[in-house]
Amino acid sequence: MNFHLILFLAFGAVCVGGAINLLAQRHPINSALSLIAVMAALAGEYLLLGAEFVAAVQVIVYAGAIMVLFVFVIMLLNAGEEEETKGSRVAVLFGVPGMLIGGVLMAWVVLRQSGTEAVPIGALPGHPADIAQLLFHDFLLPFEVTSILILIAIMGAVVLASKPEPMAGKVH
Amino acid sequence: MVPLSYYLLLSGFLFACGVAGFLIKRNIITIFMSIELMLNGVNLSFVAFAAHWHALAGQVFVFFVMVVAAAETAVGLAIIIAVYRTRETLNVDQVNLLKL
Amino acid sequence: MNPTLNLWLIPVLPLAGAAINGFLGKRSSRQAVTTVALVFSGTAFAMALWVAMRFSSISLPYQEFFAHWIRSGSFSVDFAFYLDQLSLVMLLVVTGVGFLIHVYSVGYMWDDPSYYRFFSYLNLFMFFMLTLILAGNYLQMFIGWEGVGLASYLLIGFWFTKDSAASAGKKAFIVNRIGDFGFMIALFLLIKHFGSLNFDQVFGAVTSLPTEAAGAGLLTAIGILLMVGACGKSAQIPLYIWLPDAMEGPTPVSALIHAATMVTAGVYLVSRSHLIFERAPTALTVVAIIGTLTAFFAATIGITQTDIKKVLAYSTVSQLGYMFMACGAGAFSAGIFHLMTHAFFKGLLFLAAGSVIHAVGGEQDMRKMGGLKSFIPWTFLTMGIATLAIAGIPPLAGFWSKDEILWKAYQASPVYWAVGVVTAFITSFYMFRLLYMTFFGDYRGAGVDAHSQGSQAHDADAHDVHGHGLPHESPMVMLVPLMILALLSLVGGLVGIGNRFEQFLAPVFGTGLGATEAVEGAGRSTELLLMGVSVSVALLGWWLAYLLYYKRPELPQKIADSLGGFYQTVVHKYYVDEIYAAVFVKPLIDGSTRILWQGVDRNIIDAAVNDAGDGARHVSDEVRHMQSGNIRSYAGWIAAGSAAVIGFMIWMWVKG
Repeated sequence: MNFHLILFLAFGAVCVGGAINLLAQRHPINSALSLIAVMAALAGEYLLLGAEFVAAVQVIVYAGAIMVLFVFVIMLLNAGEEEETKGSRVAVLFGVPGMLIGGVLMAWVVLRQSGTEAVPIGALPGHPADIAQLLFHDFLLPFEVTSILILIAIMGAVVLASKPEPMAGKVH
Repeated sequence: MVPLSYYLLLSGFLFACGVAGFLIKRNIITIFMSIELMLNGVNLSFVAFAAHWHALAGQVFVFFVMVVAAAETAVGLAIIIAVYRTRETLNVDQVNLLKL
Repeated sequence: MNPTLNLWLIPVLPLAGAAINGFLGKRSSRQAVTTVALVFSGTAFAMALWVAMRFSSISLPYQEFFAHWIRSGSFSVDFAFYLDQLSLVMLLVVTGVGFLIHVYSVGYMWDDPSYYRFFSYLNLFMFFMLTLILAGNYLQMFIGWEGVGLASYLLIGFWFTKDSAASAGKKAFIVNRIGDFGFMIALFLLIKHFGSLNFDQVFGAVTSLPTEAAGAGLLTAIGILLMVGACGKSAQIPLYIWLPDAMEGPTPVSALIHAATMVTAGVYLVSRSHLIFERAPTALTVVAIIGTLTAFFAATIGITQTDIKKVLAYSTVSQLGYMFMACGAGAFSAGIFHLMTHAFFKGLLFLAAGSVIHAVGGEQDMRKMGGLKSFIPWTFLTMGIATLAIAGIPPLAGFWSKDEILWKAYQASPVYWAVGVVTAFITSFYMFRLLYMTFFGDYRGAGVDAHSQGSQAHDADAHDVHGHGLPHESPMVMLVPLMILALLSLVGGLVGIGNRFEQFLAPVFGTGLGATEAVEGAGRSTELLLMGVSVSVALLGWWLAYLLYYKRPELPQKIADSLGGFYQTVVHKYYVDEIYAAVFVKPLIDGSTRILWQGVDRNIIDAAVNDAGDGARHVSDEVRHMQSGNIRSYAGWIAAGSAAVIGFMIWMWVKG
């Protein structure tokens, strides 16, 4: 039982707990806060693996921007507790067992293949300089394309979410 | 020393929770959050493998996944707002006009 | 080797005439159609005469190869022509009488709107009949065989808008077909056992076979099957029923096809295959029995008929029975001799009957005729000559041929002879009955409109007579063929004197069974005695007809009444048609309706198709519920599906 393992288990427990809580809560705001907890714990996991830049970006972008956006929308739409509607039988009947089976199979494969190969703490230091080297040399094109993607997303979001112009006879 | 399989199992578990949330939950925002959970699980898998094989490209890919997640969240939430305006509900079972 | 005779021209010329008239005739003038028809058939006749003139300088049998046809392994059949004495006799009869009937039809059918179609079909018939006669192998003969059946169907149903004519055409073709089935089986047997259908190869192989004992055997089977085919085509028992109905066709058709030529194809077939029959005595006996029975049976029906053409139809069936009786007795040349003379006088009888019908404006019932001899003297004269001929009064043609048959029949078995003599008596009786009813006594008809003489000639069932006119003679174009045929009926039999005809055909038939030399001496007096018997029964029949239909015309009705039910049966042709309808036709139609149509077609085939369509609809009805618009169910399916794919991939990985 080494320190690495203890830290891993600690952060892992937070992840697991947060994920289960996301499923268990009925109010979406509670689910959102659980998700923030998961993301923070994941940032810790990344640090354990040495990916410091990724961990930072995780906290700043994911937990700090995306989840905040979620919380804003929940508050904007005044989402309440979930109602109990009938929903779809198929989802529960076929989907959940399917997922479980898929998950079990994957786990079995992983265990069979990887076994006990160990990953040391801080195995691959991800310095910003090294990542930047890769990002701006080998992955330059995807990088530029993502900027266009973000531009499009901004425009789309603005168009979709803007209030429709008041026209005679328009119902909303 | 943490075996690689532990990381992968954790990642898989997060992914499975995301799928389960998608299937079980009725509030559309919660479903969206489940999608984010799935993406996060995948991200952990990427970073674990990058560490295992000493390939930094794995971490760079996580970066791209986050960018895409951000864009997708923005547009998706905008759509949810638009749907809420017309349908007055966030219950995904009541948004089923595309049926036969 | 001989110089070629170009025999192929003889059938092909009428075919060309048929094609020209068939395709172009509708827009051509009557004169053009007439010219085409007469030129092509006349040229065929001229060629036949030319061949006959050169006959002595050709080595026989003469075979002419025309074109390749089937070459399949060791089996080969070609289009080839075959000429010997037998086919020469048939050739002259068919082209000669055929040409005369073409000429006659110009007058008879002049006012018919489908004039061109008639001559097209008539030429087509000539083509097929000549193919049949000149064929050098059984398969080509079969083509001609089927083709004349087709032409017969087309011509019987010439006025196809009339239901009875259309049905008669169908009946003829279908009954023929039954006979053709027997013919085909015989062909298959020939192919199987002799490997060829060519005459020289088959006959060459047959001559090396021994005579078969009574009962079973390959040659007996082939013989009987060929006889089945002949029964269909030549209207013998049990397939004769189509011939009386065939009188629905125009009278020249009845003359040509159902008297002189087509119905004789069966006799030709049996004669051509005489080598097979001579080695299968059982088959020969079958032929003789069928022929004898038919001759007698049909003659009895002929006594009671009142339609002039029906009497002649049954007479034809009866005379064909005589020909088969001759063949069955082994006297093939006698059968062919009678075929030739029969073509003359029966053709003449039918043409004259057509002239009579034309004269009285379409009436065919003899009870409404009478006393016509003053109105249509030439027709009366020619018809009288023909009647004398068929009754067997010497020295006309019919006497020589019928007597030859009876003499040969006596040598085979006295039973045949006895039935033949009785039939001859009946024949004479009903023919003179016809003559007296039609031409003597008072005119019992309603008269005919003098201005519409031509328009009713084609409507055989018409009873519409407008106004009061008197029967009138036919135009010369119709009378000249009558006169030529009458001349032939007078002198045509003289070729048979002193066995000259038999000797002419001897290279084909050999000396036949019961060779003539053996009974030369002692038989001569018996022959003369039998000759006397047959002449006296003919005269007896004449006297009886004279008594019943001229002197005491009230007697026939009294006799008929006293015979009561039996007479009614005979008048209704022994109810044979009704029996056939009940035993064969009705079960077939019922079975076909209930089993094949309702059972198989509707319930199995249609149901299969319909159920396939319904099934597709039901399946899609169930499946469409998948598209519910509900995102969660879509997600559920995706999860399940991806689990399946992952499982499959893992399984492949584990296996490999």
